[in-house]
Amino acid sequence: MSLGPYASFIVTSYAAAALVVVILIGWIVLDYRNQTQRLRELDRSGVTRRSGLSAMDAP
Amino acid sequence: MTLIDLANPTRFLALTTRVLPWLAGATVILLAIGLYQSAYAPDDYQQGATVKIMFIHVPNAWLSMFVWGVMSIASLGTLVWRHPLADVAAKAAAPIGASFTFLALLTGSLWGRPMWGTYWEWDARLTSVLILFLMYLGLMALWRAVDDPSRAARAAAVLTLVGAINLPIIKFSVDWWNTLHQPASVMRMGGSTLDKSFLIPLLVMAIGFTLLFVTLHLAAMRNEILRRRVRSLQMMQASRVAFSNEVGTGSHQENASTGAA
Repeated sequence: MSLGPYASFIVTSYAAAALVVVILIGWIVLDYRNQTQRLRELDRSGVTRRSGLSAMDAP
Repeated sequence: MTLIDLANPTRFLALTTRVLPWLAGATVILLAIGLYQSAYAPDDYQQGATVKIMFIHVPNAWLSMFVWGVMSIASLGTLVWRHPLADVAAKAAAPIGASFTFLALLTGSLWGRPMWGTYWEWDARLTSVLILFLMYLGLMALWRAVDDPSRAARAAAVLTLVGAINLPIIKFSVDWWNTLHQPASVMRMGGSTLDKSFLIPLLVMAIGFTLLFVTLHLAAMRNEILRRRVRSLQMMQASRVAFSNEVGTGSHQENASTGAA
């Protein structure tokens, strides 16, 4: 597979797309960990939801 | 499970837990097939190998508009039906849509330099997509500026619906104005003008990127529901502390006045 004289433009396009997608996935995964961690801390401090369920219930 | 059931955030969270691994798996498989087909697609007789940029640029450009469309429907859900997940859906989609729009602009610019001789031209298509990107950023700033999610939701929904006017402008800009950008070659009356050797990898990549959006959107919506749960629990905790302080101060004052008497 030869990319010709404009190989750098093609490779940069694909690399940028991969980088942005990886950053998006990383941000979403870290945000999920952060929120579940904060819910666990609230659960440990005895705060429960109005339904009476623990902060970590469902899920 | 009906659509009405999904209005309940707890049921929605249970659904995302079940569905997300399958969606992520399907996304990886489709993108892998699409990338393989893109890598081995033939060179274009005019553009040479730079036509490979199309397989990444076009899906991102489609998604930049599709995501705003999803946000517009969600905004209607916020303003008209007051659906509990509507503003969650709109808020979660904005950063993902902004990322796809950024990629559409960047890859378009990288495709434009060898083909048009310039990275950027202030023509109708490029400028209207840049405006769309700026609107995404504005919407994200608005969400961050207002503390109360329900107040922010209504303002953001109005802004999103006003911004939806830009979608037909982007789509038809190549027909209404004289631009450097080529006219529609896939979704057009009379069928696609692309050869199958380009069309099939392009469609596979487009479906793969759409699945990627659905996967990321559901995951981001789950995060937003959890963030709101954290917020409401923290407010409950703060009000309990304030109440116990008030009770403590009240009994202290009562004791003081009894002592004085």
